Amino acid sequence: MKKEYICIACPVGCHLVLEEKSKDDIKVTGNRCSRGESYAREEYSEPKRTVTATCSADNGRIPVKTNRPILKEHIDSLLKEIYSINIDTLVERGDVIIKNYADTGVDVVATGSSAGKIKS
Amino acid sequence: MKEYFFDCAVIGGGAAGMAAALEVEKSGFRAVIVERENTLGGILLQCIHNGFGLHEFKEELSGPEYAGNFSEMIYASGVKVFLESTVMEIGEAQGKIHELYCYSAVYGVFTVKAKSVILAMGCRERNRGNIGIPGTRPAGIMTAGLAQRLVNIDGYIPGKEIVIVGSGDIGLIMARRMTWSGCKVHAVIEIQPYPSGITRNIVQCLEDFSIPLYLSHIVSSINGKDRIESVDVTPLRDGIADEEKTFRIGCDTLLLSVGLVPENELSRKAGIRLNPQGSGPFVDSYLMTSRDGIFACGNVLHVHDLVDFVTKESRTAGANAVKYLKSALSARQYKVVSGSNVRYVVPQKFNFEDVSQFYLRSMIVKNDAQIEVKINNHLIKSVKQNHVQPSEMISVSLKKEELAKVTSVNDPELEISII
Amino acid sequence: MKYDVAIIGAGVSGAAVARTLSRYNLKIALIDKEADVSFGTSKANSGIIHAGFHTGRKYLKSRLEIQGNLMFDELQRELGFPFRRCGVIVVAFEEEDLRHVQDLYRQGVDNGVIGIEICSRERILAVEPKLNPDVIGGLHAPNGGIIEPYRFVFSLVESARKNGVELHLNFRVKEAVRKSGYYEIIPERGQPVEAAYVINAAGIFADEISRIFRAESFKIIPRKGEEYLLDRMSPAFPNKVIFPVPSARSKGTLVIPTVEGTMMVGPTAVEIDDKEDTSTSSENLHMIFDFARRIVPSISQKDIITSFAGLRPALEGGDFYIDISEKAENFIQVAGIQSPGLTAAPAIGEYVKDLLKKLDCKLTEKKEYDPFIEKVIQMRDHTHFESDEIVRGNAVYGNIVCRCEKVSEGEIIEAVKRGHTTLDGVKFFTRTGMGRCQGGFCTYKAIRIIMRETGLTFDQVTKRGEGTEILKSHL
Repeated sequence: MKKEYICIACPVGCHLVLEEKSKDDIKVTGNRCSRGESYAREEYSEPKRTVTATCSADNGRIPVKTNRPILKEHIDSLLKEIYSINIDTLVERGDVIIKNYADTGVDVVATGSSAGKIKS
Repeated sequence: MKEYFFDCAVIGGGAAGMAAALEVEKSGFRAVIVERENTLGGILLQCIHNGFGLHEFKEELSGPEYAGNFSEMIYASGVKVFLESTVMEIGEAQGKIHELYCYSAVYGVFTVKAKSVILAMGCRERNRGNIGIPGTRPAGIMTAGLAQRLVNIDGYIPGKEIVIVGSGDIGLIMARRMTWSGCKVHAVIEIQPYPSGITRNIVQCLEDFSIPLYLSHIVSSINGKDRIESVDVTPLRDGIADEEKTFRIGCDTLLLSVGLVPENELSRKAGIRLNPQGSGPFVDSYLMTSRDGIFACGNVLHVHDLVDFVTKESRTAGANAVKYLKSALSARQYKVVSGSNVRYVVPQKFNFEDVSQFYLRSMIVKNDAQIEVKINNHLIKSVKQNHVQPSEMISVSLKKEELAKVTSVNDPELEISII
Repeated sequence: MKYDVAIIGAGVSGAAVARTLSRYNLKIALIDKEADVSFGTSKANSGIIHAGFHTGRKYLKSRLEIQGNLMFDELQRELGFPFRRCGVIVVAFEEEDLRHVQDLYRQGVDNGVIGIEICSRERILAVEPKLNPDVIGGLHAPNGGIIEPYRFVFSLVESARKNGVELHLNFRVKEAVRKSGYYEIIPERGQPVEAAYVINAAGIFADEISRIFRAESFKIIPRKGEEYLLDRMSPAFPNKVIFPVPSARSKGTLVIPTVEGTMMVGPTAVEIDDKEDTSTSSENLHMIFDFARRIVPSISQKDIITSFAGLRPALEGGDFYIDISEKAENFIQVAGIQSPGLTAAPAIGEYVKDLLKKLDCKLTEKKEYDPFIEKVIQMRDHTHFESDEIVRGNAVYGNIVCRCEKVSEGEIIEAVKRGHTTLDGVKFFTRTGMGRCQGGFCTYKAIRIIMRETGLTFDQVTKRGEGTEILKSHL
C-alpha cells in the first residue's frame, strides 16, 4: 500500500510517500523534517479537518466551527446537520451549538454572535 | 456640518484599523475609527474558515473570532467608533490638523479633525476587466470575495456548477466552501506554473475534494448569452497559448480569484505618493506616508497573506502615530531598495535608531533561499529561508546593532535581495 | 390595449420618437423585448455627439446629425442628462493626413459646422495637450461633445412616460396581424398591443420586424465595435474626443473622454452574422492599444477597468433608412441607424413626426405637455456642504453604496422608483458598479436594496432580465 501526500506543516510542501508493508511497518519518505513524517502518518490513519460553516438564525446567519478537527468521514453528515439548524435565540461567540457530535467528542461552536449582541 | 476632534483618526475598522487605534488609545491619546459597514471586523467577518491568529493568539481562530477578539477590545477601550460612515475625502491639512469628510445615513455628513491619520482601508479584488478575459458578458461571473460574502454572510448560493479562475487563497477557500455548500467545483485555472495560494489550502481545499488544478492554463473565452454556460480553457506553452489544445468546461458560475490591490483611491486623491509596484503608499521607516502625520498599515499598504502580520504592522503604525503626536519622530531617513528577485520591500525607508521591520515579496519559487540585506554593498545580514514563493510574504527584522556596523557609510542605501 | 402609435424598440431612436410624439394628443405604446430600455445597441454606444463634418449633405444621416447636434443644449436643460460640449479633434501625423483634414474641414464648413478650424501643430497641442508631440496638425470642432448614451435614453423615455407614453418591456414581437385600420401586435408572451400606426425602430432587429409586418425586405448587418473603458485615474484622460484620420488600412481607434470622467479607447468595427454576439476578443487588444498610444502616449492597458462590445445596425449603403413603408400600410421604417444615430436621434424624432403627418395622423399639441423631468440627486455632483443639506433632508443619501463612483443608497432607491429594477438598469442609471472595482463591494448591497424596494425575492433579482438571475439558491 503506497500513498502520496503534500506536507502542509510549512510552506516548503514536501512530497511525502507513505508505504505500508504491514501494520507495524509503515515508512514515510520525502520529508525534510520530522513534522512531515507525523503529518503523513496522521493523514493515512485518521485524517481530520476542522469544519467551518454557518447556521441559519432568525437574524441572518451565525458562523460556526468544530472545536477540534473531526474525522473526514463525518464531515458530510455534520454539514447536513449544521445546515438544518435554525437558531432562534441570541447566541454569543463560543456558545455550543451541537454538543459531542455523533459521539466523536467534537462540539460545534458559534464563532460569531447574533446581530446586536456584540455592541456594548 | 458637525465636527469631531481627535488626536488620531483611523480610516477603516478591519484588522489593521482596530490594532492601530488600540495602540494609540493605550498611550492616552484619543483615537477614532471611521468604518463604512455596520460592524467592526472588515473582510475577516466573511472569512469564516479557520487559520487566523496562530501568531497573535497562539491558537487557530476563524475570521469572525479574530475580529471579535479585537472588537471587544475596542469597545472596552475608549476608542470612538463611527459605523456606517464612509470617508469620502481627506482634505488639505489646516495647519497641522487633517480633515476627513465622512458620509453616513446615521450621523449625516460630518468632519473628523485629527492631528494624525492612519490609513487602514484594506484592499479590493482584481476583476475580469483587469485581466481581460474575452467572451460574452452573461450573469454568473463574480469575484471570489463577493461570492464569499454572499455565501457566508447572507447564505445565498450564486450557482451550482463552479469554475474558479486563479489559485489565490480566496479562490481555494471558496472551492472548499462551494463544495461544502452543495456545489460542484469543476476546476481551478491558474495562469502561473505554480499555485498562488499556500500549500495547506491546495491540499485541504482542492485535493480533499479531488478538484483539478490546471497550472499554466488560462480561461480563453467565456461562453453563454444570458447565464454563463461554459468556459474555454487553453494551456500555455512557454507562456504562449496553445490554442489547439483548448478544451471546454461546462459551468453556471465563474469565480475570479485573480489578485488583490490595495485600495488607495482616498490616498491618491489626498496627494499621497503611491508605489507603482503594489500600489500602496510610499512609507518611511515609521510607516508615515508622503503626507506629514498620515500613516498607513495593513492591506492598504501592501497585501498581506497573514492577518497576524497585519496586526503587528498596524500596532507599529499606531505606536509611530503616538510618537508623532509627541513630536518624537526624528530619526533621519535613508532609502531602501528591492534587490534581486524581490518584487517590493515595505517600508521604503529605514533609520539607524530603531529596530527595523521589513516585509518583502519574492518574484521566484525556490527552496533553501538566502535573504541578504546589504547597505552600500556591505552585507549586514543574511537569513536562510527554507522556501520562498511569490504568495508567501517574507519578514526580515534588523536590530540596531546590526545596522551599527555601517553607520560611517556616506549616503547609505539598504538593499534586500533573495539569492 | 389600443393605441394610435406603437413604437417598436426603446433604444435611442425609438425613445426620441416617443418623446417627440408625446407632445401631441396621441395614445402611444413604446415596446421593447428587453427588461429595460436602452439595453440593445444604445447601451454600448461610444457616447459621442458628433460635430457634423464626417460625411457630406447628400446623406440623410448627415443632415439629421447636424440638426440633432443643435438640439442637445435645450434637451439637456429639459432632461438633465450628463452631456458636455467638449469638442472633437481629428489628428494628423503625416502630410497625407493633413490633406484629409482639409477635406473634412471643407465638408464641415459646407455642412454649417459652427466654429470648425484647422489647427497647426502648436494649436492642436494647445487644444489637446495629451497628444503625442509628433502630431503635425489637425481639425478642431468645438461643437462636438460627449454624453452618457443610456442616461440620455432613460431621460427621453421618462419624459415620454410623464407625458402619457406607455412602456411595454419584455415584449418580444412574434406576429403582426393587419386588421381594419390597425395592427394587432402579438408578443411571444403576454397581451397583444393594437395600434393604427407602427414605427419600426428595432435597431439590430429592424429587418426582422419589417418582415413580420410584411414591409420592405432588407438586411441589417451587425457591425461589432469593441471598446475599452479606462479608470478615471488614468493620466491619459483627454479634453477632447480624438479621432485619427481614417486611413485605407484601418478605421483607427478613437480616444474618448466620457462625460462622467472615465475614458474609452475604441471602437473596432467588424461585420458579423450573429445579432446577439456581443462577445469581446483578445486579438484586437494589442492592436487597439498600440494605435491609441500613438495618438496619446500615456494610454496604458494597466488602466483598463472593463471591455464591452456593441453592435451597430448597419444597412448596405451606410445611410439611415427612415421612410414610410411602401408595402405595409401606416408603417414607418427607422432602420440602419448606426453612427451618428445618437447625435441624430432628436432630429429623427422630428423627421418621423413629419412622416406621420404625411400619413394623415392627426397631431394636435397637448395643453398639459411638460418637457421637463425631475432631476435626480447625484452625490458625486455636490460639495460636502451641499451634501450635508441633502443628507439632512433625506438620510439615505448619506449611505454611500458604491465607493468607486460615489453612489448613495438614495440614488439606487430613486433608480428603482423610476423603473430600473435589474442590476444593469440600476448600474446604468446610477453608475453603481461601473467603477474600478466593477461591483466587487457594492453588488450585494444593490441586490438587497432592489429586493427591499421591489419586493422581489433574492432569486428574482437579475443582471438584465429573465435568465440572468444572480443568485440561484439559499443554504
